[in-house]
Amino acid sequence: MADCVVSIAEFRAGNFRRVSFEVASEARKVADALNLPLYGIAVGCGVGEKAVELGYYGVDKVFVADDAALENYVPELYVPVVASLIEQWQPAAVFLPASVDGKDLSARLAARLQTGLAQDCIQVVCDGGVIKAKRPIFAGKCLAWCEWADGALPMISCRPNVMDCQAADATRQAQVEKVPVDLPEARSQALGVELDTTGKVELTEAEIIVSGGRGMKAAENFAILEQLAKELGAAVGASRAAVDAGWRPHSDQVGQTGKVVNPNLYIAVGISGAIQHLAGMGSSKYIVAVNKDPEAPIFTKADYGIVEDLFKFIPAFTEEVRKMKSTC
Amino acid sequence: MNIVVLLKQTPDTESVIRIAPDGQSIVTQDLKWIINPYDEFAVEAALRLKEKHGGTVTIVSWGPQRVVESVRTALAMGADKGVLLDDEALEGSDSLGVARALAAAVQGLEPDIVLCGSRAVDYDLAQRGPMVAELLGWPHLGLAVSLESDGSTVTIERPIEGGKVTLQASLPALVTMGGSHAVWNPRYASLPGIMKAKKKPLEMKKLADLGLSADECGAQAAKIRIVSLEMPPERKPGRIIDDGLDTEGKAAALVKALHEEAKVI
Repeated sequence: MADCVVSIAEFRAGNFRRVSFEVASEARKVADALNLPLYGIAVGCGVGEKAVELGYYGVDKVFVADDAALENYVPELYVPVVASLIEQWQPAAVFLPASVDGKDLSARLAARLQTGLAQDCIQVVCDGGVIKAKRPIFAGKCLAWCEWADGALPMISCRPNVMDCQAADATRQAQVEKVPVDLPEARSQALGVELDTTGKVELTEAEIIVSGGRGMKAAENFAILEQLAKELGAAVGASRAAVDAGWRPHSDQVGQTGKVVNPNLYIAVGISGAIQHLAGMGSSKYIVAVNKDPEAPIFTKADYGIVEDLFKFIPAFTEEVRKMKSTC
Repeated sequence: MNIVVLLKQTPDTESVIRIAPDGQSIVTQDLKWIINPYDEFAVEAALRLKEKHGGTVTIVSWGPQRVVESVRTALAMGADKGVLLDDEALEGSDSLGVARALAAAVQGLEPDIVLCGSRAVDYDLAQRGPMVAELLGWPHLGLAVSLESDGSTVTIERPIEGGKVTLQASLPALVTMGGSHAVWNPRYASLPGIMKAKKKPLEMKKLADLGLSADECGAQAAKIRIVSLEMPPERKPGRIIDDGLDTEGKAAALVKALHEEAKVI
C-alpha cells in the first residue's frame, strides 16, 4: 500500500518558483482522491525558512535538504538527495515541475528509480485509484494519455502555467523536517549564474506574449513590440524566421523547434503561421493575428484578426492599450 | 577525442499528424523522416569538437532500416562511423528501455563525451540524455547553447527561466543540446561527403549483441505506455476586425474586444 503522494518543489534565488505551488496543488488533488498525505521535497540553499509556504498549497509535511552546495541545480547532486528520500517511502505518485531544471531532474530520477515518467503533463486524472496523465506530443499537434504498468511508480512533471493553482491558505501550516545532506563526490558543478534582473517575463510562464515574425523585417523594428509588451506586461517571442535571421535570441523562439507556450493571450505580429509555429502556440487561450496578408494561415487559428500593416497598427494599438490602462 | 552522438530519426516538423486506427499511434505512412533537429545540433557540435581535438565521431541510433538514411546523412556531414540498433523487440519500449539499450551501446564504445538532443520533436519526452547518463553513472549537462572542451572537461551554457547558468563537468560526460538552428547552424552534407559516407562503416546490432534481452528493454519492460491519443481541440477562425474602420478604429476595437469579451487585458 502506498503511504504518500510526493510533490517536489523548485527553489531558486531565495524563493520557490510559482510552478512549485501549481505542482503541489495538483498533487494535493491526487492525494485527496487516494486519501493519502502529501509529502513535499524542497532542495536548495536557504530553503528552510520558506518551506512552510508549501503548506499553503496543500503539502502536509516538507522534507528540506538545505545546503550551500545545492544553491544551483546540478543533477549529480540533486538526484541522490531526492532519490534517497523517495526510496524511504512507498509513494503512489511523484509530481515535479516541468521547468527547465525539473524536466532534467525528473528524467534522471526516473532512471534512478527505474520507473516511467510522463513529462510536461497538462492534465492528470485519478479514477478508481488509477492515475492517468495527458501530455502534448509533436509540440501539441496531438495529445497522448499515458498509464503506468502495474507496480510502476507514476512520475509526472507538470507544465508550468497550465494546472490550477489553489489560492494560498496561510493557515495551513506544513510540518517541516530538515534532512541530513550527505552529498556525493560530483564531477560536475555550476560555475556561475546570470539572472536577468530587468524584469523580463519568461515565455513559458507569461500570461501574454507578443511575438514577431518575418514581417518585422529587421531587428530594430522589434522595439515597437517591446513597447507594446511593456504596456501589457507581456513577454516578447519570435518565430523561427525571425530567430534564424538573427533579429532575436534563440531563447525567444516559439514553435516545434523552440518553446511551446500557453499564455492567455498570444499576439502574432507579422507571422504567417507555419505549421511548426502553430504547434508551439496553438494552446494559447486567445490568439490575435496582425498581418497584411489576408491569406496568411495564422488567421485560421486566430480569435481576432487584423489585416493591416503592422508598422502602422502596432503603435496605434499600443496607444489604445495605454489609454485603456489609464482609465481603468 | 572519442565522441558519440545519440541520434533519433523523427518525422519532419512540417508533418501533419494523424491518429492511426488503433487510437494509440500515429499514421506513419507518407511521413518524411529527418534527423531530430536537436540531434542534428549534436552532430554539428561533435564535428566541431573533432575539428579541434581530433578523434572520431560515432553515430548511435535505433529503429527500423529507414533510420539508415539519417545515419548516412550524419556520416555525410562528417561523422566517421555508425551503429544502428535495429531490433523489433524495441518496438513498444519506453524511454527507460531505450536508454538501457543506448547506454549498453555507448559503454562498448568507451567515449570521452556523448552528445544528443535535449528532446526530440516527435514525442517530446526529454528523457534520453539524462537517463543514459544516470545508467552510465556519468555527469550530464543539459540544454547546451554553447559547448567548449579542453580535452579533459566540458563547459556549457544552459538557459534557465530568466537567466543562464554555466556548467562544467570532467570527462567522460554527456551533454544534451538546446538552442536553435540559429545557434548551431548545422552544416549540410556536401556532395563529396555523401559519396564518402557510402563507404563509411555502419554496423547493425541487435539487443543480444549488447548483452540485453527484450525483457529488459522491450514492451514487457515498459513502465509507462500511451493508452490513447486525441487531437487537440480544433481552433475555429475567429473574427476579422474590420467594419470599414481605419487603423486607430481597429486598434480601439481590438482593445475593447480583448478587455470586454475575452477579458485577457
